[in-house]
Amino acid sequence: MVVISDILVQLVQMTLVLLLAPLFTGFVRKIKARLLRRKGASVFQPYRDLLRLLRKEVVLAENASWLFRVTPYITFAAIWVAAALVPTFATGLQFSWSADLIAIVALLGSARFFLALAGMDVGTSFGGIGSSREVMIAALAEPAMLLMVFCVALIAGSTQLSTVATFMASSEVGLRISLGMAMIALIMVALAENARIPVDNPATHLELTMVHEAMILEYSGRHLAMIEFGAFLKLLFYVSLIICVFFPWQITIVGAGPASYLAGAGAYIFKLAVASLLLAAFETATAKMRVFRVPEFLGAALMLGLLGTLLRFVSRSF
Amino acid sequence: MTSAVAQQLWCVATLLGTTVLAIATSRSRRSTAIVYGATLAISLIALSRCLPVLVAGGNATELVLPVGLPWLGAHFRLDALAAFFLAVVNLGGAAASLYGLGYGSHETAPHRVLPFFPAFLAGMNLVVLADDAFTFLLCWEFMSLASWALVMAHHREADNARAGYVYLVMASFGTLALLLAFGLLSGAGGGYGFATMRAAQHSPSEAGLVLALMLLGAGSKAGLAPLHVWLPLAHPAAPSHVSALMSGVMTKVAIYGFIRVVFDLLGPPNWSSAVVVLVLGSATAVLGILSALMEKDLKRLLAYSTIENIGVIFASLGLALAFQANGLGLAAALAFTAALFHILNHSFFKSLLFFGAGAVLSSTGQRNIETLGGLIHRMPLTSFAFLVGCVAISALPPFNGFASEWLVFQAILQSPDLPQWGLKVMVPAVGASLALAAALAAACFVKAFGITFLGRARSPVAEAAGEVDRCSLAAMFALAVLCFLAGILPGLVIDVLSPVAQALLGHRMPVQASDPWLSIVPIEESRSSYNGLLVFVFITATASLAVYFIHRFASHAIRRGPAWGCGFTDPTPAAQYSGVSFVQPIRRVFGTLVFQAREHVEMPPPGDLRPARLKVEMHDPVWEGLYAPVSGAVWFLADRLNQLQFLTIRRYLSLVFATLVTLLLVLAIWS
Repeated sequence: MVVISDILVQLVQMTLVLLLAPLFTGFVRKIKARLLRRKGASVFQPYRDLLRLLRKEVVLAENASWLFRVTPYITFAAIWVAAALVPTFATGLQFSWSADLIAIVALLGSARFFLALAGMDVGTSFGGIGSSREVMIAALAEPAMLLMVFCVALIAGSTQLSTVATFMASSEVGLRISLGMAMIALIMVALAENARIPVDNPATHLELTMVHEAMILEYSGRHLAMIEFGAFLKLLFYVSLIICVFFPWQITIVGAGPASYLAGAGAYIFKLAVASLLLAAFETATAKMRVFRVPEFLGAALMLGLLGTLLRFVSRSF
Repeated sequence: MTSAVAQQLWCVATLLGTTVLAIATSRSRRSTAIVYGATLAISLIALSRCLPVLVAGGNATELVLPVGLPWLGAHFRLDALAAFFLAVVNLGGAAASLYGLGYGSHETAPHRVLPFFPAFLAGMNLVVLADDAFTFLLCWEFMSLASWALVMAHHREADNARAGYVYLVMASFGTLALLLAFGLLSGAGGGYGFATMRAAQHSPSEAGLVLALMLLGAGSKAGLAPLHVWLPLAHPAAPSHVSALMSGVMTKVAIYGFIRVVFDLLGPPNWSSAVVVLVLGSATAVLGILSALMEKDLKRLLAYSTIENIGVIFASLGLALAFQANGLGLAAALAFTAALFHILNHSFFKSLLFFGAGAVLSSTGQRNIETLGGLIHRMPLTSFAFLVGCVAISALPPFNGFASEWLVFQAILQSPDLPQWGLKVMVPAVGASLALAAALAAACFVKAFGITFLGRARSPVAEAAGEVDRCSLAAMFALAVLCFLAGILPGLVIDVLSPVAQALLGHRMPVQASDPWLSIVPIEESRSSYNGLLVFVFITATASLAVYFIHRFASHAIRRGPAWGCGFTDPTPAAQYSGVSFVQPIRRVFGTLVFQAREHVEMPPPGDLRPARLKVEMHDPVWEGLYAPVSGAVWFLADRLNQLQFLTIRRYLSLVFATLVTLLLVLAIWS
């Protein structure tokens, strides 16, 4: 009986992230539009976009291979699983121990690996340029991310997200310099990984500096829908991760009862709203940087992660 | 019932017999099938005989043969460590033999390959079995020479002679270092048996010197920077199944030598030696994968990636040394098991990738990826197996490369318990460089697979390629399945490896098979756990769910059309991204620092119709900084000494006289 309810909670979590992901992106877009004094599309526009794409037929390039056709599903599945394993409203979910933070980061790596391959499948120069820049960004973002993970794991004594969240919600954490560095590093990595300003511009198409959009240029119809959905989920994943690791207040534990779940979910959605405000404000206030400035940006994230980890090795109180 | 070690020696004897048979029949057309069939059978038998020793973790069995040094004899011993490496050698040997059954038929000069192939296998088996310094060195040299002969199989091809020469020089240098190391270990008493060395006490300075010599000797064979320069020359020069053996297996035999001496014979380690191993390991990992990224020859790319993986393994062994020196037995067992696991994994996927490269080579005649492309349409099965290898080597879940890298990272997270400041500062930097190497490896294999198998064909030979034979495919798929199984069931592999850690370190990782759902839990569940099986099931389930719902309720229509490309459809395949352009961003970020990479655009003057050209200039820091000066000095001395060759007889006589007087003087002063 307990197992069934636990699995049920896990399923709720999977559905929750799936349903919230497009809404979150829609909300960010809406706020950005309002900040620019535009009216902006409805916050539900991403759902409509997805439905429209799903109903359309797929136009495949003549020499597209099977890899090109399965990649959208693989990346979508990998990102969804990763997003479903981050505690949002409750820790200690049934399957949370099947992958710790390092494995979750690597899952996103799998998704990117296949997407970069798919970008090269048709053999157009746009796909090549996108894949090439994507792997360059990943080559810097992934180590930065892992160092951030090391730093957090050393403080919490675990790479298990549930344990980390429980520890961070407790009073023994206090304010630590290393945690602050790790958080900034994670935010910088999240901006780069989600192709947000200042690294890439999610709103442009056909611009020479674009990365992510160039890579998926050949996709259409339901394949594009899956990739877009994956991108929504990835953004939600990173925001949930930041919330779960650094702001886990009001997060509840599995088995605490429906009222507690509701409170946890309410707090989670509130935190998401705050995060989307911050993201939109930041993106509106910042300009996109040249591609070869990105390594400096991510190098800074890498150094912050390394410094945070080193501080942790030097003294337990930082 | 003969003992386990005797059974292994019988297998070796049969391999040597196969060599003789191969020499006798090498001109016959059937000999390819006979030799590879025989080595396949023998490798499988040897594998089946050594696995029980590893799993059961029983007592070591020994055997002394009355050959070798007259007062010593040849000692052989089979313990858990040897059994593990025998399993690696024979699994690789079996796969390479199976592949050779098909691939060998393309061989233009089979009599240059067939006799040496079983000899090479026998040599690797013997190194692992040897239990005294003399036998070890003899077998080590036998293995080196047999592999050298295989490197020189196609000696008329450009650069192969140079590769063979550099390999021979480096192998001799490595053996010299090993000779000195064993000399130090055996001490003044001359106890050449490993049992005597194990029992003897070694002073710290002596132990440090032995470790340095082992890093030179075994490290040069394994491909540790800066002694790796021969590896990307020699490994690709051999026929592909031999390349697979050299990269996937022989480097592991070298690591075996390192582990045997440093963890087994040398006694308790010192923490400062761990720092050296950690620095060398992580530097090797980053340098190796960066060199691989810059490479456009598929087999050389794989050879450079071997160097990266050797770096990961050495870094992990360095961690094990650091923990062991501080008495943190459990953490040491974790790091050591991670190293062994990565050794096993690397032998799987590197052999698989070399087989794939061999299939591409036999089908198109090309190793240069810039002339390939679009092979996924013409070699669907090969490309699938190669893709599995790429995913596995890029350390992506749910395949095996990730499982072992995950264990390495878990070991790094144990390091705040280390007391020494040197290690405290070193270990996070090692973690950062391993993470960087893993991310760059993914980039490297996106390039390797993407340029070779995806896109449009860049040359007529790539256009006309066809699928390879069944034996080659069977070998590739067998290894791909092993990569997958070791990835989703890592707990079972860890349990098999644990007796080795127990025997050498006195500690082992907790038993994993009893964990629920076959997860792996290095320390305890609240700290970290990973379940490859569940991750795989989740991904498959969610992907199938998505496919089902979309095809059932949304559209499943497909239309084929020309590629979109923003309307700029490139008429020629040459307009695609090439390997060189693919790595341009990474070259600008890392290459300017490491390889002094420079790009020049040669722009013709106005009115001139020649195309503009982009030239990339890169320098190998290790070769130009270390080897070129040494080789220059040797040439300089040789030139000077050359004058001695053309003297008159009177001058020779006076030289002899002067030498004699000098030597007598030295002797007089000495005594």
